[in-house]
Amino acid sequence: MTRKGSALWNPYLAGVALGLVLFATFFATGHGLGVSGATTSLTAVGAAAVAPHLVGPGSYLAGYVRMGLNHWIEWEVLGVAIGAVAGALAARRFDPMIDGPTRLGPLARLILAAIGGTVTGFGARMAMGCTSGMGLSGGATLAAAGFLFLIGFFGGGLAAGFALKPLWRGGE
Amino acid sequence: MVGPLQLAGPVSGLILGFGFGFVLENAGFGDPKKLTAQLRLTDWSVFKVMFTAIIVCAVLLTIASGLGLVDMKRVFVPSVYFWGTLLGGVGLGVGMAVGGYCPGTCVVGLMSGRLDGLIFLLGVGAGTLIFNGAYPNIKFWAYAQTGPNAWTLPQLLHLPAWLVLLGLLAVLVGVGGLTAVSRGPGKREA
Repeated sequence: MTRKGSALWNPYLAGVALGLVLFATFFATGHGLGVSGATTSLTAVGAAAVAPHLVGPGSYLAGYVRMGLNHWIEWEVLGVAIGAVAGALAARRFDPMIDGPTRLGPLARLILAAIGGTVTGFGARMAMGCTSGMGLSGGATLAAAGFLFLIGFFGGGLAAGFALKPLWRGGE
Repeated sequence: MVGPLQLAGPVSGLILGFGFGFVLENAGFGDPKKLTAQLRLTDWSVFKVMFTAIIVCAVLLTIASGLGLVDMKRVFVPSVYFWGTLLGGVGLGVGMAVGGYCPGTCVVGLMSGRLDGLIFLLGVGAGTLIFNGAYPNIKFWAYAQTGPNAWTLPQLLHLPAWLVLLGLLAVLVGVGGLTAVSRGPGKREA
């Protein structure tokens, strides 16, 4: 399958670059890179604006509402967004589309994205972190939690990945 | 200058996040077909990038700590909440297999033009709200801590850090070697 834009980086070189950014993050801040902390804060603040009864005192998200949005991880995720669009534009890979399983139409793709995102959002709170915050950053401190997370991630992912192979295959 | 420097402001967040997003995009991780191909074992990039990054960063942290350049007591190391950590991981794996992303890569997908990345991100918000509702019923078992605070693999396995790092490197080299054989032209999904 042909793709637009420049070739991707070699995965080992991309891994070295990511490891250096991650180390710089630990050195600068004392913690690693994360994303779901920011999505959780955004959800909490958004819910407080439109449906405050969901995030009232004593609820899980109440503390996130109090913290607000002006903290490091929100700025970091904004940086991720800027870095990603810069990378996509520089490599001429920016391409408006509805991506997803090759055998499905646009609406079915968006429905699957919504379902997958919902499972992911629940899972990230369950684990108190996502692939970057728990798997990558936890793993880099050699935390047992990081590797336990990765066992669950690849175990659940492979089981579901093979079950859904008829939908996605042929896309690489 | 001994780290961590406790730079918690917008500038450090924007710069480090920029690097994170730029690398993820150039690794191809804004593409849900590439990400899910790892879960069908037809593309090993996710494993290679993550494991390489973990090893590079862990080696640098170990060296910097040994030289007294980083105070590891002030570096955040997550604790194990066995069922929460494990089942949460399963949720992220299943979520990626179904929807194509994780919370970070859906932002990268969105910023490279993919509407499904935005929908996945909104789904993450919905899942967070569902968790908020379910929290009173699951917090007792999901957030029950296993082991000491900030439990590490060297402590768990009673091995020195360098040996654990060598073991991780052996896994990366082994998997990398085994999966390099099947690459090249003509590769197809069976």
